[in-house]
Amino acid sequence: MNNIFAVAGVVLKELYRRKDFYVLFIVTILICLVMASVNIFNDAKIVRYLKEICLLLVWICSLVIAITTTARQIPAERENRTLLPLLAKPLTRPQLILGKFLGCWLACGLALLCFYIFFGALAASREHQWPLLDYFQAAALHWFMLGVVVAMTLLGSLVFAAPSSNNTICFVAVGGILFVGRHLDQVALTLGEPMRSVAYAIFFLIPHLELFDVRDLVIHNWPLISWLYFSLALLYALGYIAVFLTGACLVFRRKAVN
Amino acid sequence: MTTILRTEKLRVEYRSRELHQATKVALAGLDLEVGAGEVFGFLGPNGAGKTTTMNVLLGFVPPTSGAAYLFGIDVRQPIARQRIGYLPELTYYYKFLTAEELLRFYAKIFGLPRAETDRRIDQLLKLVELESARKRPIKSYSKGMQQRVGLAQALINNPDLLVLDEPTSGLDPLGRMKVREIIQRLKSEGKTVFFSSHELGEVESVCDRVAIIHQGELKAIGRVQDITGRHASLEKAFLEIIGFQLQPAP
Repeated sequence: MNNIFAVAGVVLKELYRRKDFYVLFIVTILICLVMASVNIFNDAKIVRYLKEICLLLVWICSLVIAITTTARQIPAERENRTLLPLLAKPLTRPQLILGKFLGCWLACGLALLCFYIFFGALAASREHQWPLLDYFQAAALHWFMLGVVVAMTLLGSLVFAAPSSNNTICFVAVGGILFVGRHLDQVALTLGEPMRSVAYAIFFLIPHLELFDVRDLVIHNWPLISWLYFSLALLYALGYIAVFLTGACLVFRRKAVN
Repeated sequence: MTTILRTEKLRVEYRSRELHQATKVALAGLDLEVGAGEVFGFLGPNGAGKTTTMNVLLGFVPPTSGAAYLFGIDVRQPIARQRIGYLPELTYYYKFLTAEELLRFYAKIFGLPRAETDRRIDQLLKLVELESARKRPIKSYSKGMQQRVGLAQALINNPDLLVLDEPTSGLDPLGRMKVREIIQRLKSEGKTVFFSSHELGEVESVCDRVAIIHQGELKAIGRVQDITGRHASLEKAFLEIIGFQLQPAP
C-alpha cells in the first residue's frame, strides 16, 4: 500500500500544480456569477435554472479533469522516461497502475469538493438552506462515476498509442453512454438479428454512468435516494472499476517499458 | 570477491511485428560477472546490446534464454532490485516536483523511515551539489542539474550496486567531471558501479574492468590495462576489437 500511496501523492501534486483545474474552476465561477447577477422574468424560482447550469458545468469540468489527467499519466511516464527509474525500484506494475488510479480518483474528488462547495454556496445565497445530505449523495455518486471513467481512461492509455486519441475515444464513449446508454435496450427492440443481440450485449456490458446523474435531486430539492439503492450504485461502480483496473494491469504486464 | 552481478548465457531476441522481418538477436549468450566494489565499464557501439543487457538486469525485458542474477537473486523477482540504484539515459524527471520532493517520493517506494529519508536527502543533495536548488521545481534545472538529480535518486536507498546508462550523455565538460567525481567517490565508499558509456577516456580513468560487446556478443573482458595492451589508448583497442579498420592519414 505504501508504494500505491507514494505514486498517488505525485499525481495529486501534479493536479494542484498545473493550471488546468484552476482555469476550469474560475471559468465555472465566472459563468455562474454572471448568470446569478441576471434576474430574468422576475421569476422567484429562477435559482433552479442557475443550479442546473452550475451543475452542468461541474459535470463537464469534472469529466474534462478526469479524462485529461488520467490519459496523460502513463504516456508521460514513458515519454519522459521516468517509468524506467520507477520500475527499477521495488515497485510492481500493478502497484503503479493502482497508484495512478488512486491519485487521479482522489484528484477528481478534491476538484469535486471545491466545485460542490461553490455550488452549495451559490444555491444557499438564493435559497438560504444547505441540504447537506442531498449534496453528499449527489457528490458521492458523481465521484464514483468518475472512478469508473478514470479506470476506463487508464486502460485506454495503455491500449491507444497517443493520449490525444485516448482522450477523444474516452470523451465519445462517456458522452455516448450518458446520452444514449439508457435507451439502447429500446433501440434493440427495433432491430433485427444479429444487430438486436449486439445492441443488447452492449446494453448489458457498458457501465451505465447515467445512473449516477442525480442532478435533479439537488436542483428540485427532491427527497433523498434510498440508502440501499445509493449503496448498490456505489458497489456497481466499484465492480466496473475493478474490471477496468484488472484489464489495465493485464495489458501493462505485457507492455514493453521503453 | 563476492559476485554482485552475473549473467549466464543470456540471450534476448526481439520479434519483429512486421511480416517477413527476421527476429533480431540483441544478446547472444552473454556471460558476465561483476564483483563487489568494482567499477565496471560496459562498452559497445550503438545497437551492440548494452541497454538490452541493462533492461534485463532491471527486469524490464525477460530473457529469451539464459539467466541474470543480482546478489544471487533472479532479476525477474522485484526483491532483486531492493539494493540497486539505476540512472537511465536522458530522463526528464517530474518537472512539477522539487529535487527534495522527488527524492522523498523515491525514498517512500523503498520504505525508508522519515528520519532516514531526511538524512539521505541532505547527504545526497550535498553530494550532487544541488543543496541551493533543493526547493526549486525541476523544470527550472539545467540539463546537468537534471542529470545530477537523477544520480541522487539512484542513490536514495544507499544501493550496493549502481547501474548507470550513459551517465555523462549530453553533459558539458564540467558536468562530466562532476559525474566522474561522484563515481570515484562511490568507488572509494566500496560501492559496485556498472555503467555503459561512449566516453572511452572517462571509462579508462574510472573503471577497474571493462567488457566490450558488439552485435550482442562479448568481444573482450578484463582490466583496462590488459585490454588496452599494445594499443596507445582504450579507444584504439576498442575500435580494433569491434572490427573497425583505421585508415592511415593521407
